Amino acid sequence: MTTSPTTTGASKSSDPGPSAASTLRKTLGGSMRQYGIIGALIVIVLLFQVLTDGKLLLPNNVASLVQQNAYVMILAIGMVIVIVAGHIDLSVGSVVAFIGGVVALLMKDAGLPWFVAVLAGVALGALVGAWQGYWVAYVGIPAFIVTLAGMLIFRGLAVILVGVTVAGFPEGFVKISNGSLPNVLGFASNRDVVTLVLGAVTIAALVFSQLRTRRTLIKHELRVEPLGSMIAKLVIFSALIGGLTWILSGSRGGAPIVLLIVGALIIAYSFVMGRTVFGRHVYAIGGNLHAAILSGVNTRKVNFMIFVNMGVLAGIAAVVTTSRAGAAVAAAGSNYELDAIAACFIGGTAVTGGIGRISGAIIGALIMGVLNMGLSILAVDPAWQQAIKGLVLLLAVAFDLVNKRRVGSR
Amino acid sequence: MSSQHTILKMRSITKTFPGVKALQDVTLEVAQGEVHAICGENGAGKSTLMNVLSGVYPHGSYEGDILFEGEPCEFRNIRDSEHRGIVIIHQELALSPFLSIAENIFLGNEQATRGVIDWNTTNSEAAKLLARVGLDESPDTKIIDIGVGKQQLVEIAKALSKRVKLLILDEPTAALNDDDSAHLLDLIRSLKGHGITSIIISHKLNEIAAIADRTTVIRDGQTIDTLEMHGAEPVSEEQIIRAMVGRSLDHRFPERTPKIGEEVFRVEDWTVHHPIDTSRIVVDHANLFVRRGEIIGLAGLMGAGRTELAMSIFGRTYGAHISGRLIKDGKEIQTHSVGQAIRHGIAYATEDRKKYGLNLLSDIKRNITSSALGKVARWGVMDASGESRIAGKFRTDMNIKAPSVDVITGTLSGGNQQKVVLCKWVFADPDVLILDEPTRGIDVGAKYEIYTIINALADAGKAVIFISSELPELLGICDRIYALSTGRITGELTRAEANQESLMHLMTMEKEAVR
Repeated sequence: MTTSPTTTGASKSSDPGPSAASTLRKTLGGSMRQYGIIGALIVIVLLFQVLTDGKLLLPNNVASLVQQNAYVMILAIGMVIVIVAGHIDLSVGSVVAFIGGVVALLMKDAGLPWFVAVLAGVALGALVGAWQGYWVAYVGIPAFIVTLAGMLIFRGLAVILVGVTVAGFPEGFVKISNGSLPNVLGFASNRDVVTLVLGAVTIAALVFSQLRTRRTLIKHELRVEPLGSMIAKLVIFSALIGGLTWILSGSRGGAPIVLLIVGALIIAYSFVMGRTVFGRHVYAIGGNLHAAILSGVNTRKVNFMIFVNMGVLAGIAAVVTTSRAGAAVAAAGSNYELDAIAACFIGGTAVTGGIGRISGAIIGALIMGVLNMGLSILAVDPAWQQAIKGLVLLLAVAFDLVNKRRVGSR
Repeated sequence: MSSQHTILKMRSITKTFPGVKALQDVTLEVAQGEVHAICGENGAGKSTLMNVLSGVYPHGSYEGDILFEGEPCEFRNIRDSEHRGIVIIHQELALSPFLSIAENIFLGNEQATRGVIDWNTTNSEAAKLLARVGLDESPDTKIIDIGVGKQQLVEIAKALSKRVKLLILDEPTAALNDDDSAHLLDLIRSLKGHGITSIIISHKLNEIAAIADRTTVIRDGQTIDTLEMHGAEPVSEEQIIRAMVGRSLDHRFPERTPKIGEEVFRVEDWTVHHPIDTSRIVVDHANLFVRRGEIIGLAGLMGAGRTELAMSIFGRTYGAHISGRLIKDGKEIQTHSVGQAIRHGIAYATEDRKKYGLNLLSDIKRNITSSALGKVARWGVMDASGESRIAGKFRTDMNIKAPSVDVITGTLSGGNQQKVVLCKWVFADPDVLILDEPTRGIDVGAKYEIYTIINALADAGKAVIFISSELPELLGICDRIYALSTGRITGELTRAEANQESLMHLMTMEKEAVR
């Protein structure tokens, strides 16, 4: 308050502004949440690695962990955006079954080439999303109700279309979720070179992008994080990516194709949410709807697009799921919406909207996936698996709330 | 007053909020069976005083003491005060819209035996109470199906069901039409006949003159005077007004020599109806204009329609059946959405920055750029470092007290939050900037800084429309001031012509008296 003019005695300058130290603590606290969840993932991985006598991180298990959980990660990406904006989508599981059925019939009955069927499936996803987005954004029906209706509608349509099961797909289609990248570069002491190259490229890209951002910030004389902490962060992330690459390169066929799809989606959507006007508008709507409206954000259009996007991702998840199973099943995708929602909340997305990150939801999905796989290797009863996952969800959100309360009542 | 029995005595009440002294050594004495009016500007401390009395602010959170019927009171909550027979009816009615009249009357006080509601007693008792307040509705009518005037009567019936001795009404007629207001005042008079004491907070001086026995004026958190309304010489409205505004200009305002240019923006015949009760006219054929480099003020008491006027202009974010013309740079413009208004160079900084102005979960830089993201993005992709750079410059220029622009706005003080809101609209670079109560709830030092920013904006050629409830502030900042009363512009005064008395006179002008 040193620069303010002299004031009358009645008003006390009781506001020294947040001190640098408390802000530092807060920034650290904020990223602590992010790193805390990575720490939780690592602890869970190590725990099961020990419990399963090292079976969890066997190359083939890691590959199938990725393949089995691709759908959760894909759906969680869309779901984070939906929840950040203050909505929910209960229909994605049914939509996966419905679109899976359509894609299957397009290949089997209509005899379309598999990639045409896949594109049609994604386009249909956009259409389904537009249908739900219309009711939410332009009619103003709460998303909970619209997507609850969607859950029933698309499950019904899936059963009508598929009957029970449609199977027998072209090899190319089945490979999407079951195949690995072609080993065009051969093997180096039993390790797939393509996978190793891919891992190296990813690490290089990560380091390069971080350094470039840092250089821009310095050029414009903006605050940068201490060099030491950045290097530490880069080393940790490089080690994680490197470790994953090393393990996968030793699996049956190397890196799964679906990993490439998921990876591309994560990078693309992290960019969309972090660096684009659209992403900014999503956070603005979820953070304070009234303020967003009064700032000139076209909230209807943004809400509509959020659901179209969720539909597109549900379409991709439908392709991945159908390919993985090698068949379209009327009951496919049941509880997928709950898996995706749980992944978001474990990953630190705020229940009331406004806060949430793609990376958090992906880690949330991985935690659930590792729990699934680890418990399955240990041959734990699926009923118990479910109960354990429920507890993890509850504790993760409780941790988040307690954490926030502590920061809030500083 | 010594002959009359005193029912309530509030002695040396002092109530402090973080950084603000809302009440300072306030004393209030109310006699048994009288109608006691409390007057004061917005923010003078009337509601705070009533909240202290009714236990909304519990004993211990304020200094001073309360004597009711001669006994000291230490209310911990509203239940305690209601138990003693003190019932407050707030301006925003506390009725549950989907429950019936009878259910609302006995809400929290259900007529029940062992948890099972006795509907016969409930409805017959409710019917008796409705008869007492003169409301001709069946007790099982839902609240949502009756108008605001009748809802007010239900609130009073509810108070009667609690055996009220002292009834406090906060702006009871603010939302009522003339007939309903007259009926309500009659009712207060008849309750007085039954020995019920009333405290009525009101801005409407003619009402006060008609109904009050005595009037206490509060200003800046202090008791100024208690006027005997029917004494030897009757109190004039001018006398009350002088007491309400009579403070010296102790705030300081930065110097400015206005450089006023040509007309930028004009509002013609602007009429706005209430969004829900569409028969109510909230802004009535308003006409105003503002020139480049000019700061105009909108003065008015609560419910005068200032915010409603501003928001209806700004992308029709308030109101229904809006009619009239908006002329910008000589051409008629349409502002059907906020985006459209911003594109036409109109900006509106809201009075409630926490609820409508800021995303409190987000940081300073994201809030500053939020109304003009296009200026820091290309092809829909944000220029993150450009954004930080721009926000950083605002932080230094406007002296926002935060270590960086990455600080979450929810953690800032009110003054600094307000500066972020101003930055947000300065960044959007409008031609016409509407500021709604930009200094509400912030300390004097920060106020001075905000005045400086507003002056700088005007000097840069912006047209500023300044809405404020603080008359000295309007007089210290504005080149011209429009006064509003009940939705009408009742007068326009230049800086030279205006003073607190003349403004307050226009602001309290009743409908009939206009024109």
